[in-house]
Amino acid sequence: MSISPDDVKRIARLARIEISDAEAMTSQTQLNAIFDLIAAMQAVDTTGVSPMAHAQDVSQRLREDVVTETDRHAVFQNIAPAVEDSLYLVPKVIE
Amino acid sequence: MFHASLKTLAAMLAENKLSSRELCQTWLERIGSLNPRLNAFITVDPEKTLAEAALADARRAAGNAGPLTGVPIAHKDIFCTEGWLTTCGSKMLGNFVAPYDAHVIQRFKAAAMPSLGKTNMDEFAMGSSNETSWFGAVKNPWNPDYVPGGSSGGAAACVAARMAPAATGTDTGGSIRQPAALCGITGLKPTYGLVSRFGMIAFASSLDQAGPMAKSAEDCALLLNVMTGFDPNDSTSLERAKEDYTRDLEQPLTGLRIGLPREFFAEGLNSEVAAAVEAAVDELRKLGATPVEVSLPNSQLAIPVYYVLAPAEASSNLSRFDGVRYGYRAPEYTDLNDMYCKTRAQGFGSEVKRRILIGSYVLSHGYYDAYYLQAQKLRRLIANDFTEAFKTCDVILGPTAPGTAFKIGEKTGDPVEMYLNDLYTIPANLAGLPGMSLPCGFDGKGLPIGLQLVGNYFSEAKMLNIAHQYQRATDWHTRAPEGL
Repeated sequence: MSISPDDVKRIARLARIEISDAEAMTSQTQLNAIFDLIAAMQAVDTTGVSPMAHAQDVSQRLREDVVTETDRHAVFQNIAPAVEDSLYLVPKVIE
Repeated sequence: MFHASLKTLAAMLAENKLSSRELCQTWLERIGSLNPRLNAFITVDPEKTLAEAALADARRAAGNAGPLTGVPIAHKDIFCTEGWLTTCGSKMLGNFVAPYDAHVIQRFKAAAMPSLGKTNMDEFAMGSSNETSWFGAVKNPWNPDYVPGGSSGGAAACVAARMAPAATGTDTGGSIRQPAALCGITGLKPTYGLVSRFGMIAFASSLDQAGPMAKSAEDCALLLNVMTGFDPNDSTSLERAKEDYTRDLEQPLTGLRIGLPREFFAEGLNSEVAAAVEAAVDELRKLGATPVEVSLPNSQLAIPVYYVLAPAEASSNLSRFDGVRYGYRAPEYTDLNDMYCKTRAQGFGSEVKRRILIGSYVLSHGYYDAYYLQAQKLRRLIANDFTEAFKTCDVILGPTAPGTAFKIGEKTGDPVEMYLNDLYTIPANLAGLPGMSLPCGFDGKGLPIGLQLVGNYFSEAKMLNIAHQYQRATDWHTRAPEGL
C-alpha cells in the first residue's frame, strides 16, 4: 500500500503537527519507503498468536491510597511558557 | 589516569591519593579541550560537578564512602537532572531545566558519583548516528569524519575519547550497543524492568531501558550495581532481590554453550565484521566455551515490527509536548490548536516528526489491526524464538551492527538505510532480554568492531562474566584513539 500527500496531511493533523504542501510531498516519499519495509510483516500468518504488549508478564501494582507527593507547583510552573495566578495560560478556547 | 578502570580510580580515592574534586577537575579540563572537536556533551557545568565532588569528599571524610564514591560519570541528556538543562537532544526541550531527578540520577547521587555533564544524543533517542540531535552531530573519536552511532552517541564518544570514566545510556532498539560497537567501548542493556525509567524521557516505553557504557565489562558490572533496583515510581520496575553483578566475573567459561544464530551471519553482514566476530568465537573456544548453531527464524521481521511498535508508542509519549507546561512554545499562533501545531512543527526535528506520523498512522482507525496488532503478534514470535534458542545454549553471540561506523551525512537522506543498522540489536529489545556489546577488533580503516551477547532474562552476571573473561584474554577494549 502507499499513502498520498493528502494522507500525510491528515495524519499530521491528527498528530497536531503543522505541515506544508512541500513537506507533505517529501514526507510521503520517505513514509512510503518505510511502509514498504513494514509491509514484510503482512506475509506472516499470525492466526492464534497472542499479541505481546510487554516484555514482562506482570500485573499492575497497587499501593495504599495515601498522599505521596508534596505540593511543588511553583517549581513545576516556573518552567512553563506562560503562567498567571498558578494557572497555565493558553489561547482562549471558549468565547 | 584517563585510561584507568573504575576500580583503580576508586582505589586512588580510597587511598586519599587525590580528592574527588581534583579528579573531577582533571576530567573537566579534558572535556574542555576535546569537546569543541567531538561535540559529545550538550551541557557541562563545572560548578555543579565540583559541588557534587565536594559532597563526595565530605562523605569519604565522614567514613561513609561506597565502592564508587567520588568517581565521576557522564549522563545521557535523556535523564532528568534537577537544576541541569535536560534537552533530550531536541529544540523542544532546549530550555528545559528539569525540576526533579530521574531515578537513575538519584541512584548515582546516592552513590556519591558526581556528574561530569549531559551527553549529546539523537533527538528523543530516535536515530542510529547521533545526527538527528538539535545540538549537532557527535564526531567519532576514532575518525571525526565518521558517526559515533546512536542514539547514545555522545556517551559512547566521551568514553572512547576518555572524556569521562564511564557514562549512562539508554537503549530502545540498540542505542547503547550500536554506539558502543561503533566507538569501541563496552555497553550493556539490562533485562527490561531492572533499571527504573522514572525521569528518563520516554520514547517507546515497552522497550526503553537504561544501562551502563564504559571501557570494560568489569566497569559495567560495577555501574549496574548502582543503577538497578526496584522503584515504585516506575510501574514496570521489577521487584527482585538486589544482585551483585560482579559476583561471577572470575568464573571460568568451561562448558559454556554459545549460540550462534545463523540469521545473524547471513547476507548483509560486512565481511570484516564477520571475521572479527568469528575470531572472538575462536578465542572463547580456547577459554572453554563450545559454539552451537541456533536459529532465530523470525528475527528478520524485527525491523518492520519495531518500526510499527516504537513509533506507535512514541506518538503517544510525545503528545505531552504541546507548548503548555514546559519546553518550547511557538512565538506566534492564532488559536489553541494552531499553537499546538506550530509548536510541534517548530520544536521537533524531521526524524521525530516522521516517527510521530508513522505512529499516528498505524494507530489510526482502520489500520490498527493490520499494523499494530500484527506487530504485537510478531513480537511474540520473535520472543518465542529466543526461548527456543536458550534451550540449547547459555548465551547468544553475534555482531552488534552489520558494519562499522559510516561517514557523517552518508545515510541521512535515506531513513530506511539508517534503520537497517539496528538489525541485530532490536530483537533483544522486543523480547526484553539483556544485550551487550564489546569491542572485538578493527576494520581496515581503523574503526572499531563490536560483538554482541544476548542473554536470557536476568543473566547479566553471566554475560558480564563471559565479556570479562574475553577481555582478560584480549586487549581490544584497552585500545583508545590516538592523538586526542
